[in-house]
Amino acid sequence: MESEFETLVIGGGLVGASVAMGIASKGRSVAVLDGGDSDFRASRGNFGLTWVQGKGAENPAYARLNIFGAGLWPSFSEELEGATGVPIGYRKPGGLEFCLTEQEWIDRSEEMRLVSHHTDGEFTYEMLDHDEVKKRVPLISDSVLGASYSPHDGHLNPLYLLRALQQNMISLGCRYLPNQKVASVIRDQDGFKLHTKDRQFFADRIVLCCGLDNSRLAQQLGMHIPVEPVRGQLLVTERVAPFLSMPSLQVRQTCEGTLQIGDSHEHTDLDDGTSLSMITKIASRAVKIFPHLENVHLNRAWGALRIMTPDGLPVYHQSEQYPGAFAVSCHSGVTLSVVHAGMVADWICGSEPHHLINAFSADRFNV
Amino acid sequence: MFKRIDSNQNINLNTHTVDIIFEGQTLPVPAGISVAAALLFVDAGFNRESAISGSPRSSYCMMGVCFECLVEIDGKLSQRGCQTEVLQGMSINRQVLTLKAGF
Ligand SMILES: Cc1cc2nc3c(=O)[nH]c(=O)nc-3n(C[C@H](O)[C@H](O)[C@H](O)COP(=O)(O)OP(=O)(O)OC[C@H]3O[C@@H](n4cnc5c(N)ncnc54)[C@H](O)[C@@H]3O)c2cc1C
Ligand code: FES
Repeated sequence: MESEFETLVIGGGLVGASVAMGIASKGRSVAVLDGGDSDFRASRGNFGLTWVQGKGAENPAYARLNIFGAGLWPSFSEELEGATGVPIGYRKPGGLEFCLTEQEWIDRSEEMRLVSHHTDGEFTYEMLDHDEVKKRVPLISDSVLGASYSPHDGHLNPLYLLRALQQNMISLGCRYLPNQKVASVIRDQDGFKLHTKDRQFFADRIVLCCGLDNSRLAQQLGMHIPVEPVRGQLLVTERVAPFLSMPSLQVRQTCEGTLQIGDSHEHTDLDDGTSLSMITKIASRAVKIFPHLENVHLNRAWGALRIMTPDGLPVYHQSEQYPGAFAVSCHSGVTLSVVHAGMVADWICGSEPHHLINAFSADRFNV
Repeated sequence: MFKRIDSNQNINLNTHTVDIIFEGQTLPVPAGISVAAALLFVDAGFNRESAISGSPRSSYCMMGVCFECLVEIDGKLSQRGCQTEVLQGMSINRQVLTLKAGF
């Protein structure tokens, strides 16, 4: 069995699959070593937003990276669907973030202004008062004071996105090896040597994309990539007639009619379960925004762990000690998939890093 | 399609029945059967319209997994008819594009 590749991508979630697809599309030799179903896998438990508004209010480089990615999404999704026939369901109607208090409105306005400023006005938005929101989404309650709106936001089916990325990377020539969780990695004069439970692999380049396991493997190569789990709980309802034409951070309606409700942030270490108290809180906020949801049934709820860096920004890092060892970590792997398949893959294949990703080396954590 | 193994005539409607009220109409049905079976028994046709396309739907799996049998029972929406036993006086309505009512 083949065990030598030019590039080995460790982890086949949204990040690894995007990067590997990008590398394979250049005709380069690449394989993905993925873990198993019992791993923590944010890519299988997320909310499915391609979300831009508010991102990078405190970091101009992140604001610019996101607005750049948002512009590429429509053609990226079209190409992906065309190549695979997998209906990822990408839509870009713009997004709303509801404000229920004066303070939320003030904070949101400031965030939006900053993002627009950082992107020289490329990020456009509107602050909508209650009546303006009601024109777009008639079923909001009187407790919605207003909302921020940006035309750059969208949403999709994240499970289909993952499937499309994996399918496409394989048809572009990438080998996919599941249940090959990497236990250790070393670098010797011949290159990188990786051990899984029962096999050894060799590569000239490796890209760590294994979610919450990135810190551990990075450390074996002397890199400091701090990531920690932040749990989000999500609820899914039965199908209801379409009433919500745009996604928001708290509620979105899928093409199938179900509602996905969420946006909680909890530090629960590696517990990815659910709690009745949080489910109640999430459901109550949704009902506060849309009172008619009171009688809609929940079908499922789950928890999943975000992969969070200390400053909430992504990591695009190449080891100085061992050039050819890369690490990619982020908590918005749906939104940034387009960037990972594009400029991040280019950089891993040897191009100079695009200025939009240059700001995200992990050196910022070594202070 | 579902068919009763015994014909309707074999059921003694005098001794083993309850009255359900389906779409306002009082109908005797065999006691002890499920709402979904009762709606098939009275030839109710469809029991709901799908939330997105509005297409008429009827029970399918009869064992609680497909959610095709959703009906309104005693004012409560989205009840699975195949998992609910008929009771005397139970009011059952078709479930039609529920949330459209909110517009
Ligand atoms: C509740 C929630 C909601 C979210 N909502 C959104 C959203 O709306 N929009 C958005 O853009 N992002 C969202 N995210 C974030 C997004 O899901 C993640 O950024 C993304 O899934 C990260 O992908 P990943 O490939 O890095 O990690 P993972 O999905 O965790 O994948 C890591 C992979 O590596 C494998 N692996 C682990 N260890 C090893 C090893 N040692 N060797 C080999 N393989 C290994 C695992 O099996 C897994 O397949 C959300 C996340 C959560 C938790
Ligand atoms: S008929 Fe399938 S759930 Fe009731």
